[in-house]
Amino acid sequence: MEPLQNFLPQVWFVILALFLFLYVMLDGFDLGVGILSLTASTEERRGILMTSLSNVWDANETWLVLMGGALFGAFPLAYSTILQALYIPIMIMLFGLIFRAVAFEFREHSNRKLIWNLAFGIGSLLAAVGQGFALGGVLKGIAVDQSGHFVGSNLDWFNWQSILVTLTLIQGYVLIGSTYLINKTEGKLQEIHYSTAKLAAFTTLIGAVLITITTPIFYISARERLFSAPLVYLFALIPLLGILLIALLIRSLDQRQEKRSFLWTILLFLLTFLGLGLIVFPYIIPTQITIYQAAAAPSSLVFMIVFIGFLIPIMLAYNIYQYIVFRGKVAGEYYGGE
Amino acid sequence: MDFLSNAVVLSRMQFALTAIFHMIWPVLTTGMAIYLIVIEGMWLKTRNKDYYLHARFWSKLYVLNFGIGVASGIPMEFQFGTNWAPFSEATGDFFGSILGFEASMAFMLEAGFLGIMLFGWERVPPIMHYIATIMVAFGANLSIFWILSANSWLQTPAGGAFIEGKFVVSDYFQAIFNPFMVNSILHMFFATLETSLFMIGGISAWYILNKRHSQFFALSFKIVLAIAIAVTPLQLYIGHLSGEQVYHYQPTKLAAMEAQWETIPAGESPSWSMVAIPNDKAEQNDWEVSIPGLLSYILEIKPKLSEPVQGLKDYAPEDRPHLIGLIYYAFRLMIAIGVFLAALMAFTTLQWLRGKLSTENITQQRWLLRIWLLSAPLGYIAIESGWIVRCVGRQPWTVYGEVRTVDAASNLPPGDILTSLTGFAITYTILAIAVIYFGSRIIRKGPNLNLPIPGEQLQSELDTTPAEFLPDSRPVEAQQ
Ligand code: HDD
Ligand code: HEM
Ligand code: HEM
Repeated sequence: MEPLQNFLPQVWFVILALFLFLYVMLDGFDLGVGILSLTASTEERRGILMTSLSNVWDANETWLVLMGGALFGAFPLAYSTILQALYIPIMIMLFGLIFRAVAFEFREHSNRKLIWNLAFGIGSLLAAVGQGFALGGVLKGIAVDQSGHFVGSNLDWFNWQSILVTLTLIQGYVLIGSTYLINKTEGKLQEIHYSTAKLAAFTTLIGAVLITITTPIFYISARERLFSAPLVYLFALIPLLGILLIALLIRSLDQRQEKRSFLWTILLFLLTFLGLGLIVFPYIIPTQITIYQAAAAPSSLVFMIVFIGFLIPIMLAYNIYQYIVFRGKVAGEYYGGE
Repeated sequence: MDFLSNAVVLSRMQFALTAIFHMIWPVLTTGMAIYLIVIEGMWLKTRNKDYYLHARFWSKLYVLNFGIGVASGIPMEFQFGTNWAPFSEATGDFFGSILGFEASMAFMLEAGFLGIMLFGWERVPPIMHYIATIMVAFGANLSIFWILSANSWLQTPAGGAFIEGKFVVSDYFQAIFNPFMVNSILHMFFATLETSLFMIGGISAWYILNKRHSQFFALSFKIVLAIAIAVTPLQLYIGHLSGEQVYHYQPTKLAAMEAQWETIPAGESPSWSMVAIPNDKAEQNDWEVSIPGLLSYILEIKPKLSEPVQGLKDYAPEDRPHLIGLIYYAFRLMIAIGVFLAALMAFTTLQWLRGKLSTENITQQRWLLRIWLLSAPLGYIAIESGWIVRCVGRQPWTVYGEVRTVDAASNLPPGDILTSLTGFAITYTILAIAVIYFGSRIIRKGPNLNLPIPGEQLQSELDTTPAEFLPDSRPVEAQQ
């Protein structure tokens, strides 16, 4: 194979991973806040939780749309096979996202806030469940024929490993949601989120440990690669770093350090992501279809780098600008509009 | 009911339902955004606070509409993969890239500045806010550009070839600027603008009719009218060009739009069918009223046809669209609405010139205002009709002449699709009711004319606020 034909799919693999990471991190705290809102006992607290997201949830969700579009263009085969195979989890996610999205405005105008509070909380939870099973389904492997078309059944994604992945993902979202809220709230409310963050840090740790132990056992091909020369050192490093980060996180929570706790959580997400990326690479449909087989023609990939790749810094810039404009704590319970 | 166990039919129903529902919301997102640029610009220029209050009032409806646009847009994007996997695989190299461009250029821009546009009035200087408004409008309208480029490519695929069932692009420029693209974008752009104008005009008319803030809403009524003077006739002309391009590139669709079963050779001056009862089985119109000699004027603005009009019977039943009656009437409905709205604009302008819309007189124009109120939803009906012509008329092809719809659908268990289809039907019904309910509440509540004007009292405070501590993200009036 020519170097270019290898290089371009690799570039797109990295770009897609970046989009997915940004999505999981940013919408991750949105969804986490949504899930946490189910535990909120007062209307005031729910109001604050939703206000903390009112101006960012849409931009955060757009990273998912961008990831979808870029996957469609860069790896058409993967886009079609994976989405078809995961029909049910994807639909669960879509319905969750619909309810989550409309809840913001409807709650603001409604007299009966309860319905839309539930739409927000349950919508967020459903979206996380759908994503968890989708991720679990992909990691477990998708049954395809030689040309990469889906040949499995519609419930292949449902098994105890994907349940484990889903539960862990929900914990992770609650963790990042809590540390986000630590930065957005004050006083008693902030204390609540220090404790939810700490709890979630432990449950995420348990999930992560279980997944780390079971993954190499169940992925035969992954096991072969993971335990061979250069990679094995890297893989030994990831759990160690993970434990270190969790320790730092818990310490920062105990010492009530707002910004640091959020930072450690993000690094923890990043580390997990690197780990998953290393396990999956070079497959895009593990462990059947590689990124080289699923990639669009090189000319398409180049074309997309020109139009999308160069926009990445610009997109990041104005998203960051928006965060700067709305930095600081939220007070009061109104969503905003007027 | 064996269609309930047919995955292709169910996927088509689901796509149709979700697309028709999604299409409602981008109308204001794109069209009203342009109006918001106009009034915010007028405010910055004149510093007349009415313009500012207009911007604040209409953006309340804008944001209500926006959220549902986003919520219903995401299922659209993912359905290509879930329900149309073979289609996605075959066309992804081009079609998928375009959706990626749309997300990176249009959606992200919109979403990235929306927060500032809606909640940033007191947080950024007015000029920065204006830039945010422009970026939101620009992003929204850029998404028309990309999605209609993609959809036009389905109508007139260009810039490459299908090799072993997979589209290989040879020339991106040609593929993006395919034969239908420029005109379809213009038609869509003016459609959303026109519909938004009549929506804003209709709501303004309601306030004036009810003598609530008559003077305030006479302002928006006139701004809308001034823009409509240019837009409505232009839309008729662009619509004509759309018809012409269908005539040249999609003979089966044109035959369906005109319920034309027999071929009409070039050089004739055929009559234009105005009402008919098309009969798919008998391959004829059971009954018809037509206007002699009009069809060639409609298609070419000439007395005689220069090309033949192909009849449906020239094509085997599996190579031509069905539901002829739907396509035929959807097309006529759109035209009727286009002509009616242009006429309404012309008449209202006449009244304006005669001084009947001045502050003292406008409340007397009761029946004219009532017509405006009733015309508010017409643009939406025209838009949905236009899409039905375009998408149902394209059948049996998903990519015209290249990929058949039956080959484009995923091989899913029908029960799964039926479940999600039912879910969408229920969810979207609830959302539609909720929006109408909350929308009319916002309208009944009316504008808040006591909002503080940014830059007058607050600018000084903003400058002295320590950068790290901005205690309240809410606008001032919500802080009691
Ligand atoms: C008028 C032009 C138009 C048309 C024909 C469509 N859309 Fe749309 N879409 C928009 C104009 C738009 C918009 C104005 O840009 C929206 C509405 C609200 C919004 O945020 O953006 C949007 C939202 C929107 C979103 C959510 C974007 C976000 O997260 O911000 C997605 C994924 C899609 N659309 C995808 C589609 C697909 C796959 C379509 C075709 C089947 C489609 N749209 C038809
Ligand atoms: C601009 C973006 C759009 C694209 C890319 C698009 C593409 C498609 C595709 C792929 C299908 C399914 C395959 C097929 O039946 O041929 C379809 C069907 C359909 N779409 Fe569109 N569509 C778009 C917008 C819309 C809108 C806005 C509406 C309605 C308001 C609409 C109405 C329909 C209908 C009614 C069908 C079902 C047709 C049938 O199966 O008979 N489409 N479209
Ligand atoms: C005399 C008036 C009009 C004529 C002759 C006309 C003609 C057409 C034709 C031929 C199509 C089909 C294009 C295709 O299938 O490729 C179309 C589509 C469409 N029409 Fe119209 N139209 C008119 C007025 C309007 C008005 C007033 C609106 C809305 C306010 C509108 C909205 C649409 C939309 C949204 C589509 C689908 C997207 C597109 O093709 O851009 N039309 N029109």
